[in-house]
Formats: sequence, C-alpha cells, structure tokens
Amino acid sequence: MKRVEEMGLWERLYFPEVLRGLWVTGCRFWRNLIVHTLHLFGLAKDIQAAITVQYPDERLAYPETFRGRHRLTLHDDGSAKCTACFLCATACPAECIYIEAGEYPDNPVEKYPVRYEIDTLRCIYCGFCVEACPCDAIRMDTGVHPANWGFSRQDFVENKELLMDRSRQLQAKGREGLYEEHVRRYQHV
Amino acid sequence: MNSERTDLPIETMDLQMGPSHPATHGTIKFNLKLEGEKVLDCDVEVGYLHRGFAKSCEQATWTQVIPYTDRLNYASPLINNVGYAMAVEKLIGLEITPRCQYIRVIMSELSRIFDHLTCCGMTASELGAITAGFYMLEAREILMRIIEAVCGARLTVTYVRIGGVKHDLPYGFAGDIERAFRIVRKLLSDCDRLLSRNRIFLDRMSGVGTISEEMAIAYGLTGPLLRSTGVRYDVRKAHPYLVYDQLDFEVPLGTKGDNYDRFVVRIQEIEQSVRIVEQALKKIPPGPVTVDDPRFVLPEKERVHGSIEGLMHHFKIIMEGIKVPPGEVYFAVEGGNGELGFYIVSDGSGKPYRIRVRPPSFIAMSAFHEMVKGCMVADLIPTFGMINMIGGECDR
Repeated sequence: MKRVEEMGLWERLYFPEVLRGLWVTGCRFWRNLIVHTLHLFGLAKDIQAAITVQYPDERLAYPETFRGRHRLTLHDDGSAKCTACFLCATACPAECIYIEAGEYPDNPVEKYPVRYEIDTLRCIYCGFCVEACPCDAIRMDTGVHPANWGFSRQDFVENKELLMDRSRQLQAKGREGLYEEHVRRYQHV
Repeated sequence: MNSERTDLPIETMDLQMGPSHPATHGTIKFNLKLEGEKVLDCDVEVGYLHRGFAKSCEQATWTQVIPYTDRLNYASPLINNVGYAMAVEKLIGLEITPRCQYIRVIMSELSRIFDHLTCCGMTASELGAITAGFYMLEAREILMRIIEAVCGARLTVTYVRIGGVKHDLPYGFAGDIERAFRIVRKLLSDCDRLLSRNRIFLDRMSGVGTISEEMAIAYGLTGPLLRSTGVRYDVRKAHPYLVYDQLDFEVPLGTKGDNYDRFVVRIQEIEQSVRIVEQALKKIPPGPVTVDDPRFVLPEKERVHGSIEGLMHHFKIIMEGIKVPPGEVYFAVEGGNGELGFYIVSDGSGKPYRIRVRPPSFIAMSAFHEMVKGCMVADLIPTFGMINMIGGECDR
C-alpha cells in the first residue's frame, strides 16, 4: 500500500469505485455462500468457508499445548500423586490454590493433601502450577476450557475429588469425550 | 439577515465524550471545548483501567510478573513478555540461546502484525468500512490460531520465561505460517482495494490529526505515530536487540504525519513483519530454547524427577524466586505502538523492588490534544483509532 494523495476523476466520480468495492465484497460473499451450501450437502469439506465457527454446535479442536481445566494425576492404585509440597500454591500468581496437608498413619515418607481446592474464578490459567509441580501431580492437558456456568461462587471452586475424578474421566473417555460432555449443556440452550 | 447572524453570541461548549463511548474502543474520557463542531481544546482523562501493575509486581516473584505483562498491551501480549524478560536478562547479564532469540523475534513480529491489524481494522470499521474491519479480523484470527498452538492460549500467552521460552515451537509451525501468510496477504490486498482508493476513507483520514515532526519529537512519540511524520526511529534499528540486526527489513516512513500516513505506515509494517518472520524461519538454528543455568531457569522435568540436585534447584527457584543482582536497568523493545520500555530496580531479593513501564500509548495520549486541535468532533474517532490506545497498557 502506498500513499497516493490525488484522487483521479474516476475515483472522484464515486460510483465506479462503489461498484469496484461491491465486486470485492461480492466475490467473497458468493464464494462463502457457495462453499457453505456445498458443506450442507457434505461436499468440499476441505475448503474453508467463512472463518466463523458455529459454536457450540461446531468447534475448533484445541491444540495439544492448550492450557485447559486442571486435573490431579493418579497413582496406579487410584490415589492422588500430590504430596502436598505447596509448590503449586507458591508459584501461583493468582493465589488460587488452597492446600491442607495431612500425614498417612503408616507412611512416614510422604504427605498427602487432605484438601486441595482451586478457585477457578481467581485462576488465570497461566500454567505455572504445572511447571512448579515436582512430581507431575497436576496437569492442564484435559483440553476442556474453564466453566462459565454457575450460580454461586462455590460452584467454581474445584475440590480434590473433582480434580481426581477428571483424571479418571479423561482416561475413560479421552479428550474428545470429556469435551463433548462439557459442551453438551451449552448446546441447544 | 446576515448582520443578525454575526450578532449571535458565540459561546464555547464543553462536551464530555466518554468514558464509555461506543466509538472509542477503550475507556477514556475527552473533555472537549467546542466552537460549534470545531474542537478548540481537548483534555484527555486516562486511568479508567488502572489496576496497579507496578505495585502488584512488587508483591510477585520475577517469574510471576510475566502473566501481569500479558495484560499490558493485550493486542500484542508477546511483545510485552519479550520486553520484560529481556529487561530482567539485561540486569542479570544472561545470554539467551540463538534458537530462543529467533523464536522471540518470530513471536514478536506475529504480535506486531496482530496489533496493526487490530488498529487498522477497528479504525476502518469505526469509519463505516466494517467489511474491511472483518477482513482484518479474519487475518487476525488465522494468526491467532497459530499463536494458540504455540503458547497454549490465545491472549494470556505467558510464553516467554526469563532465560528462554516455555517450550519449543510445535511441529509443522513453518508450514502453518506459510499457509497463514498466503491467506493474510490475500485479505490485505482485498482491504487495500477496499480502502486505499476509497474516497470516503481518504477524505476522513487524509490531512486529519496532523502532528508536526518537531511536536512529535517534543512529546516523545514513538512507533508508527512518529514514523508517520518522517522520523526514522525504530528501536529495532536504532538499538538492535535479539537478532534484528541480522535480518533484512525496512522502516516504512510517512511524509505528513496525518492519520492516512499512520494507516499506510502500519499496513507497510505488516508487510515488513511478514518478511521478517519468513527470513527468521529460514535462518532459525536448532538447539535448546532455554539457557542451561539452574540459578535462573527451572530444570527439565526429568532432572527434577531423577536427581536430587535438579529437585533442589527446582525448589529454590520456586520457593525463593530468581535472584536478580541489585541494580537498575532500562530496556526497550519496539512494541506495536512504539517504544515499550521496562525500567527495573532490583534489591537482590527474589522480588522486584520497582518496575516501571514506559507505555507508548500513554505518551501518545499526552499529545492527543495537539493532533485534534482545530479538527471536527468526528475527526476524533479516526485519530484516536490510529493511536491505538490500549487501556491495559496506557493505564496499567
């Protein structure tokens, strides 16, 4: 694009330029309309129509690196890997993680979290907790975006059971299944 | 009849425009002094989005400041990340790896494209050309998807770390960029056809919001605002950082310093940024993306899980924060709207003693009254649009 100060007679006449503009927008409009119609009949799926996505009925897949909702990873015996070392709570810039540590009666080596709560209204999904964890106990790889549906503040606080259950769900259903379940209640509202 | 008209008393009218005006994207208030439709004076009130960035940073560790910087200029968060991290690295004296330097350049330039697309697209749509605005948003969306794939989030990227970046570029990144740029170029040429010879657009942009070269320098304007007046000042050229001195690009200049010049400069800068990214992708070397220094960079997860030294470094960095040597430093990068500077003071503890940001759009707003004096009220909109005031950065 260059700066051209003077408008020629053709441009000052206005109407030829209007028609030229309509040609540019019209080309795009008809192309998108035709591609959308073809998509309706299941044709030309590899050609992108308009960039908009009919969320929540359609969606774009989240990338592998997407920082979604948290989960607490599990040992093979189903207990949480978390040892309540408080590193995630320390690294968190939003101070949204609350941990209450407890000790096993029969295991003097490790602690475990009695309570592990994430206030997702405070959470900024920066991923520092995942980086801070020294034993791979918290991850954000569920591929599900944060909830925005709740009726009280408590609805957005995710406790230890919920975070552990998300790991089980992810293993059982996979990322796609988890996402489908998450988005279902937003569809056809 | 005529004599009666001249006898009418001429009073100036005070008009308050904003703080929440539909045509100003951003919360800002203009106290206007009007004579009819003519703007005699404009007093700009900023600060509606003040959230105490500098003070919040003093409560956080050096690493925890990075998410705060995402929220400065939210049209180009990666440049803020890079600017902050490089300021801290300058104070430490840390030399980052070559691959990381190229990654930072690529991500900065993608953000710059973003910033300019937002600015130009929104201004066009405010002047009625909403179609061109949507085309630019479409280009932005295509690049946004790539950024999302790299960083894991679209806007709150938190990608850069002190001493490197969070992780390497994903597989197939170069191909994605190439495909995206093909679409972006096509969209930009469409926008060019819609806007650059459009009489309405020209009439509203050309000769409006003019600022002279001397005034622009006197007010300390930087970025496209300064370059539109013809001053060749670009931080990337004047004080080269990262690998900008090894890349071939031009600094587009304007001649008159009006809104149309700013628009043209921004569009030309998008083309230059595309060039930079393409060159950087050709030259990018393999290698690690973080420096191997356990005092500043978290060790790899294998070392944390497998060795006591790794675990100790990991705990030390997170519990106490990175130890930055005492001192003060100023470092500036070329942000989307101009020179984005970070002035940092450290007292040697794990937390910053003081962080001050030099936001380009805050300084641009201080010169706003010079630009709009003598214009019509309607001319405020494109002038404000082309400044691209971002509340998060201006008010901090």
